Amino acid sequence: MPSFDILLAGIVNGLAAGAVYVLVAVGLTLIYGVLHIVNFAHGSLLMLAMYATYFLFAKAGVDPYAALPVVAGGAFALGYVLYRGVVGRFAHGKDENILLITLGLSIVIDNLALFLFTGDTQTIDVAHAQRMVEFGPLFLPRAKVIAFAAALAICAALGLWMARSDTGKAIRAVAKERQGARLVGIDVDHVFAVSYGIGIACLGAAACLLMPSFYVSPSSGHAFVLIAFTTVVLGGMGSFPGALAGGFAIGVIESLGGLLLGEQLGQIGISLAFILVLLLRPTGLFGARR
Amino acid sequence: MSARARLLLALGAVAALALPLVLPSNYAVNVAVMILFSAFLGQAWNIAGGFAGQTSFGHVVFFGTGAYASTILHATWGWNPWLAWPMAALAGGAVGLGIGALAFRAGLRGSYFALVTLAFAEVFRILANSAEFTRGGLGILIKADARAANFQFRDPAWFYYVALALVAASLAIAWWLRRSRFGAQLAAIRENEDAARALGIDVLRAKTLCMGISGAMAGAGGTFYAQKYLYIDPTIAFGVEKSVEMLLVSMIGGAGTVFGPLVGAVALGFVGEATRALTSAQGLGLVVYGIILVAIVARLPDGLIGLFARRAARRGGRDA
Amino acid sequence: MLEVRGLTRAFGGLKAVDGVDLDVPEGAIVGLIGPNGAGKTTCFAAIAGFVKPDAGSVRFAGADVTGREPHVVARAGMVRTFQITQPFARLSVRENVMVGAWLRHARRAEAEAAAERVARAVGMGAMLDMRAGDLTVAGRKRLELARALATSPRLLLLDEVMAGLNPTEVAEIVGVVRSIRDGGVTILLIEHVMQAVVSLAEQVHVLNQGRIIARGTPAAIVADPAVVEAYLGHGAAARLAGGGGGG
Repeated sequence: MPSFDILLAGIVNGLAAGAVYVLVAVGLTLIYGVLHIVNFAHGSLLMLAMYATYFLFAKAGVDPYAALPVVAGGAFALGYVLYRGVVGRFAHGKDENILLITLGLSIVIDNLALFLFTGDTQTIDVAHAQRMVEFGPLFLPRAKVIAFAAALAICAALGLWMARSDTGKAIRAVAKERQGARLVGIDVDHVFAVSYGIGIACLGAAACLLMPSFYVSPSSGHAFVLIAFTTVVLGGMGSFPGALAGGFAIGVIESLGGLLLGEQLGQIGISLAFILVLLLRPTGLFGARR
Repeated sequence: MSARARLLLALGAVAALALPLVLPSNYAVNVAVMILFSAFLGQAWNIAGGFAGQTSFGHVVFFGTGAYASTILHATWGWNPWLAWPMAALAGGAVGLGIGALAFRAGLRGSYFALVTLAFAEVFRILANSAEFTRGGLGILIKADARAANFQFRDPAWFYYVALALVAASLAIAWWLRRSRFGAQLAAIRENEDAARALGIDVLRAKTLCMGISGAMAGAGGTFYAQKYLYIDPTIAFGVEKSVEMLLVSMIGGAGTVFGPLVGAVALGFVGEATRALTSAQGLGLVVYGIILVAIVARLPDGLIGLFARRAARRGGRDA
Repeated sequence: MLEVRGLTRAFGGLKAVDGVDLDVPEGAIVGLIGPNGAGKTTCFAAIAGFVKPDAGSVRFAGADVTGREPHVVARAGMVRTFQITQPFARLSVRENVMVGAWLRHARRAEAEAAAERVARAVGMGAMLDMRAGDLTVAGRKRLELARALATSPRLLLLDEVMAGLNPTEVAEIVGVVRSIRDGGVTILLIEHVMQAVVSLAEQVHVLNQGRIIARGTPAAIVADPAVVEAYLGHGAAARLAGGGGGG
């Protein structure tokens, strides 16, 4: 059994990683909550955003934090177009079909990335992000502290925007009652595309926060697909507070799993959590009845 | 079966038997082996994903279980691989029954079922990566000793015939499902579970059993793969790639049809070889697969085989 | 044949079915009517095992089937249809009906012959090769009936098989239902269409807000003030009586 200090460090590290998972999961849960689409391409789109962040830094010298609005904006546009062009067109069929469409999308994106960027792992070296910050007995790299704070701030802003803005209200109306929303004159397809775009924009933001302390390769998406789904399922599909709690929980499970079970076996925590939640409480910890 | 269909089937069988004699190189024979093998695994997926409509994203878990089961029996315990083969099918079937019973009892359907199978495959991959008896990430090598008694052949044509026998057996299972009470129950469940239940079908039992059959087939496939390449590791045995391949082959050919996986495997095999011939770049072949998958789901829900069926229906319509 | 006692089922705080007693004697056609939202479909679902009752018992052919799984109930010989039709959309009509027939026939040829016989009996002989998803509303209602009938049931629970049909189609289905009963199958039917029930059923139970408020012959039920009130609202019976039956 590791000492208390090491466990504490594990938990804090897990929370820091979890903040980014929250951001990834908020996007996924928003898309599910509004569109009832299980977006299997979520991991691949995150990988794409991570490459965008990488190239902006490596080719143009743009600091990943400064790039955040650009990458998030680009991701929004990509999401909007993808929804209008591909996902949305087939979104009215069976649940499994949507899953297959987004799986097809992820296969295309992953392998296009493999073709264009090769399978090499890429990292960026942002000097100021590597500096350590002291918290009592703990030291954390600045990149993780920033990611933690920024992810929470973005979630709060998104929550506020959903509650207050006209578009946010329209999104919530469509999520609740799409026929009714259509009747009162809301352009439902536009709202769907915007929601999908926002979900992908969250990935853009997450990519910028991840890159300084992480790496990217064409298969990075795989690692995040299961994490994202576990987070969302844990919290309850479609639930914002659920994504928040789920993200932190997954970060801590992952971090402690690695600490207690070792590098290899530690990865099992996330998959097991996912299976157990689905088998025992498929509505998630915060979800309403399906 | 109509006389025409019988004739076509007989011609197809003769052509399949004669193929290794006319193929120009061992490379070509090996491509044919992989196409047949992919058709077999696709059929295993098709039993659950196509006939019963239980779309799985983690079917590799049965393949990998079978591959490890027979390889450990053979390489570690010294069993003859032919004897270990049925054990692989049993192991795959048992895992299929287990996962099926757990997931279906919990009421998982559609996307949730797909995702939970993916998670199970991931759990198995991590376990195989860390356990002693699977030799972790090193994987297990099977000692090369090319004798037929050892399920190893110097001439790939023999692997071709074993694969052909597997495909024939899988087609027979699929054909039986099209005709039998059990198959009708699975089709009813795929179309509408509540209605199936109202008509006296024990939905839980039928779905679980179907996962068992599908798992046993994929498990048997695992042994074939291990004996052909004489090596398995956790990524090969439980990685997401094989799951996706099984699903693609079946979906693209025509899920829920007898010949769909075979048609899909041949089509994807040719696409794969063509892209390989045109470019050495990694990934391009799969990009094409992905696009085909999206197009099929969007425009051709019955797969490539639906094209033939539609043409036949039009012809039938004119004749009538 | 069917004895329901004190059947109760609540969703949240609302009792959709509240202490329902119901008897269906062998060989009868019994109607269960009531205004929209009266709990008729929930009542059926609880009898056939699709929802578990909170209280009460269901006895079928002498055996207690309370809360048993739907397929167990169906195998015992009590089969329901759905108000919102649930066809196996991508299968042909023949294959749809065969799913029912397979319950009692182990061999394909027998199941197929039985399915075709039943399909003809409900007037679907010409539609055997059509995709179920391509049927009209009337066709789907008949398909529900045919599939259930193909299981060789002893008791059929028919959930609004006439809703949404035009008068000609209703008349045809009435004939079909009567011939099914004459073939020895007991029938309990839910209907919103009064006229159909009146012409078919020997005995009618009226459900309102989860409770049985009246029972008797169709003629007696139609004249019952409580039933009129349930359908037309409070005070309607008095108004009708006062208006001297005008309009």
